[in-house]
Amino acid sequence: MSVALASADPAAADTVWPALKWAIARDVRLALRSRAELGVQLTFYVIVVSLFPLGIAPERALLATMGPGVLWVAALLASLLSLPRLFAGDHADGTLEQIALSPYPLVALVFGKIIAHWLTTGLPMVAFAPLLGLQYALDGESLAVLTTTLLLGTPILSLLGAIGAALTLGLRGGGSLLALLVLPLYVPVLIFGASAVEAARAGLGASANLSLLGAGLLLAIVGAPFAAAAAVRIALD
Amino acid sequence: MLATPNWFKYSSPTAFYPLAEKMIPWFAGLAGLLAAVGLYVGLLVAPTDFQQGDAYRIIFIHVPAAWMSMFLYLAMACWSAMALGFNTRLSGMMAQAIAPTGALMTFIALWTGAFWGRPTWGTYWAWDARMTSELILLFLYLGVIALRNAIDDPRRADRACALLTLTGIVNIPIIYFSVYWWNTLHQGSSISLTKAPAMAAVMLAGMLIMSLAAWFYSIAASLARVRAIILERECNTVWVAELPEVRNA
Repeated sequence: MSVALASADPAAADTVWPALKWAIARDVRLALRSRAELGVQLTFYVIVVSLFPLGIAPERALLATMGPGVLWVAALLASLLSLPRLFAGDHADGTLEQIALSPYPLVALVFGKIIAHWLTTGLPMVAFAPLLGLQYALDGESLAVLTTTLLLGTPILSLLGAIGAALTLGLRGGGSLLALLVLPLYVPVLIFGASAVEAARAGLGASANLSLLGAGLLLAIVGAPFAAAAAVRIALD
Repeated sequence: MLATPNWFKYSSPTAFYPLAEKMIPWFAGLAGLLAAVGLYVGLLVAPTDFQQGDAYRIIFIHVPAAWMSMFLYLAMACWSAMALGFNTRLSGMMAQAIAPTGALMTFIALWTGAFWGRPTWGTYWAWDARMTSELILLFLYLGVIALRNAIDDPRRADRACALLTLTGIVNIPIIYFSVYWWNTLHQGSSISLTKAPAMAAVMLAGMLIMSLAAWFYSIAASLARVRAIILERECNTVWVAELPEVRNA
């Protein structure tokens, strides 16, 4: 486990920022070169959200109750689908090995990849949330709260998901295995995210849930990159 | 003159294998004995609960299983931390051996809980905080087992599962509180798991005896499983080939 801690020596501090910036820039550029793929993921999210009223009933009161939960579950699934992008491509062509061999701290490089993943998959979902919320007859305040929860919560999905994505690199049945590993860990995000909107609608105020989501985000930022970097090392051994 | 035993000796699978063989009959025997006494106390001696009738007697299985389900995850996490920290082979094997027993206990806790809930609450399943977090615990166990099965190289599997287990242990309190707050927000205390007032001493005794039985059973089952794992992983070594049970097979 000296993997992650190797970057603790002072000389390495100068290498953290360049590594982070390089990884973000590279992965964002790569993602923007395959825009169609990003579009498909976003479309998946929109379709899943749009299917629920068809499966249940288009009653406004019912939709407004279900809406936040549906949007959040769809965000969870869309995030899950996009997770293999994070490492699998680089793993397949050997880039990940070169990244791990580089003198820059792996934690910073992995964290940069996670940030890039969120910018290209999480952020578009956040941007689409108000529009989809309108389909569910949510009022202005609920829409604002919902978008805020997604803004705070989707980075946690990318951070936690990165651990699972790295652990399942190159394994049989990667996709469904990844779902089994990652979805239970997503539960608190789902609960706090959907409950915030629920609390706002009930007039209780969403601040408690938003604070918890924020705390979760900070915790994930502190812990997840280290765990994901360790998982990448395990996968490359 | 007491010689201090060298405990680290047993961190080697070669030394642990015969030790486990010696320990298993003791733990299994104690588990059987305690289960017999516990069930006798629980089913025959303990009085019928005046509120819940005889249905409450399922707690003699349910509560020990629920305790073990959580404790075994903790034990698995400890072995996982050791596997990552010290890179010892036996730690990973122990974590692997505990997982199925933990999943079994979680399943028993959920199943018996459903049977208890039907006559007592009038429903097999409610989204109660404890039930929901127990269900998610089951998913965590299944995730660890599935990850183990998907990786061919046992050393990589050890470390990957250890990392996943430790990620899970950080999450378990968060999951529990999130579910707890979520539930209290949605529905009041129409359904509560808090037990009827005071518990008769004999009921408590029965439950504790059954808990010890569950504890010893889990130890015996994990040790038996770890022996099989050792044999499987070390099947190409000389010491395994020289074991009497292997030679005579």
